Amino acid sequence: MTTLFRPACVLFVCFSLLTGIAYPLVITGIAQLLFPRQANGTVLLRDGKPSGSSLIGQEFSTGRHAAAYFWSRPSATSPVAYTPFNADKLTGSSGSNLAATNPALIENVKARVDALKEADAAAGYERPASTTIPVDLVTSSASGLDPHISAASAEYQLPRVAKARHITESQLRELVGAHTQSRQFGLFGEPTVNVLELNLDLDSRFPIPATE
Amino acid sequence: MTLPGIVQLALYLAVLLALVKPLGWFMARVYTGKPCGLDRVLGPFERLFYRVSGVDSKAEMSWKEYAKAVLVFSALGLFSVYGLQRGQALLPLNPQALGAITPDSSFNTSVSFVTNTNWQGYGGEVTMSYLSQMLALGTQNFVSAATGMAVLVALIRGLSRRSAFTIGNFWVDLTRSTLYILLPLSCILALALVSQGVVQSLKPSQTVSLVQPILFEQSRGDQGEATHTVRVTEQVLPLGPAASQIAIKQLGTNGGGFFNVNSAHPFENPTPFSNFLEVLAILLIPAALCWTFGEMIGDRRQGWAVLAAMTAIFTVLLLACTWAESAANPAITAFGVDSTFGAAGNMEGKEVRFGIANSALWATATTAASNGSVNAMHDSFTPLSGLVPMWLMQLGEVVFGGVGCGLYGMLMFVIVAVFIAGLMVGRTPEYLGKKIEPFEMKMAALAVLMPCALVLLGTAVAVVVPQGQTTSNPGAHGFSQILYAFSSASNNNGSAFAGLSANTPFYNTALGVCMFLSRFWLIVPVLAIAGSLASKKGVPATAGTLPTHTPVFIGMLICVVIIVGALTFVPALALGPIVEQLQLQGH
Repeated sequence: MTTLFRPACVLFVCFSLLTGIAYPLVITGIAQLLFPRQANGTVLLRDGKPSGSSLIGQEFSTGRHAAAYFWSRPSATSPVAYTPFNADKLTGSSGSNLAATNPALIENVKARVDALKEADAAAGYERPASTTIPVDLVTSSASGLDPHISAASAEYQLPRVAKARHITESQLRELVGAHTQSRQFGLFGEPTVNVLELNLDLDSRFPIPATE
Repeated sequence: MTLPGIVQLALYLAVLLALVKPLGWFMARVYTGKPCGLDRVLGPFERLFYRVSGVDSKAEMSWKEYAKAVLVFSALGLFSVYGLQRGQALLPLNPQALGAITPDSSFNTSVSFVTNTNWQGYGGEVTMSYLSQMLALGTQNFVSAATGMAVLVALIRGLSRRSAFTIGNFWVDLTRSTLYILLPLSCILALALVSQGVVQSLKPSQTVSLVQPILFEQSRGDQGEATHTVRVTEQVLPLGPAASQIAIKQLGTNGGGFFNVNSAHPFENPTPFSNFLEVLAILLIPAALCWTFGEMIGDRRQGWAVLAAMTAIFTVLLLACTWAESAANPAITAFGVDSTFGAAGNMEGKEVRFGIANSALWATATTAASNGSVNAMHDSFTPLSGLVPMWLMQLGEVVFGGVGCGLYGMLMFVIVAVFIAGLMVGRTPEYLGKKIEPFEMKMAALAVLMPCALVLLGTAVAVVVPQGQTTSNPGAHGFSQILYAFSSASNNNGSAFAGLSANTPFYNTALGVCMFLSRFWLIVPVLAIAGSLASKKGVPATAGTLPTHTPVFIGMLICVVIIVGALTFVPALALGPIVEQLQLQGH
């Protein structure tokens, strides 16, 4: 029996030490040395303070100035949208997991369409009746943390944001263009606009006009 | 389906198939003990492992000894993973001070990782400490994959040896799989992923301030009605040793994510290129093992034949899934929503950077292999495209399949196929110069039918008992959620229609039992066949021998796989995704 149990136990310990301890620690060491920014969450600094991550989206559709920001995609995280980690409630990344036939999905989409229309009204923008809403702007992402919207969704929101910030659409289009990423290496994935980076840039170049 | 989408799918298949030969050749050298280059660097570790564990690397095992070694080694893994989770709160490397995990969830997760299923009943970032991720789950990611590869190699030896009584040494196969194949590939992939933005850090989570504070109404304590407004000004970014875990999770067809939403999480899969690498890693080793198989039995055409059958089924189902997922949801279009621009389609539960083609590709690859990681929420797929991953699992995870276990599962179907062909022409069936006799047929039938029985029985029980009623979607889709869960567990896949609340004592236990039976109930018959075939004399090929590398046989093999899968599951699928698709279109 020792010919069976001794190799099993000793090899189990060996592999635990090698693949469970040494491997992740060595990779951590090399990663921190070669790619310190990426390995620690690609954090964005604003005035020297950590102000989000390039890879994790933030919520812009609530609050007093909602109409003056580009909105991220809807998010199914709790207790609020775009919660990557909540220590009290032990919640994190999450999709809605609603089926295509679920009435709750249809209701959610309806509410999001209405919210976008209200934001247009709040900014004083009258949208031509024929415009359609790009689907990614009214459907929740897989992670609930999607940092991107499609170029079509950015274009859809552009007139509203321009109106709310009292700038011309062409000024804004230039900025959106600078934040539009084409396919990686011209090949992989889909074209995207990083919402957080775009909004941060927007705030620094065209601050929200003081009202009242 | 868009042109850039098709180009990406074609590129994926081309790169995958181009890597089959070099990696397959390398693995064949590893398993036959020939110099492979890496032995110069890692050889001292290998010899050290044998010395301290008292393994004689030259001594070989009979199939029964081999099976015992697999079972004892796996049992140790079960106890270790269970214990580490239960004791998590007392152990180091737990910066978020996460508590101990419940007994039923710990049981489920330990079975899940030891059987290479990696069903995620838990949310990674809010459940598992860094130590649990590394030492409990990470170790099993390596050794459960290596175990599958070892069993495959034992079966290949059984097929290629004549009048022999041993099929290799499990400890040697396990060690060599881990040291020379899984570990080097994981190191390369992990660093490539970090360069794209996958986190790899032992620091606690990072708090950042939000650009726009969020206001929301929260109920006051447990009182229900009363609410107060909460102002959220910060976001907490979870960190951890993720890249090292994700690399082996993809390569070892494990699939248990570091974060709750698995490879949809931007920290787990940040860019389209990281996505390409991760989805390539899913099928890399299973596909290359076909070449290893051909090389080791001394007839490469046999390896190509099996690979061709796998690739054919995969390609057809991939196109079907992509096509179905590109469709707009008619109920949403009614609100003036455009799902037709660029690469859009059914975007609920998907990430913009991946779009439709890469989400469908991942869903097909992860269920063709027994990986089970996801980059989009399968639960929100259109019914028809959700059917594709579900059915791929139900085919028994033999279209590429898990590392090792996919090919040994496929070889069971090959045995069934030559048996049926033998019946058709009235000759004793043979495969690779070995007579296939009643013992092999019984064992192959056991291996093919066991997962099917577990899926159907498990689903039947869950829809009847009240504890099974934890579906999140109404109607036919609720049934699909349960069917998907048992298909996943009983074929050691691990993906889910994740709306099903499966972290309950009932599902943790039922799915745990399915995972356990389907893994070990398969390994034992496979090793029995290996032992039985090894002991047989070779029969010379004659004019009446059915060649098993021709297009005719490849077609025959595809038919057997499809017919077994269709006969067993079409009634159940009709109650789930098929009826749901009709409802969606009738909307």
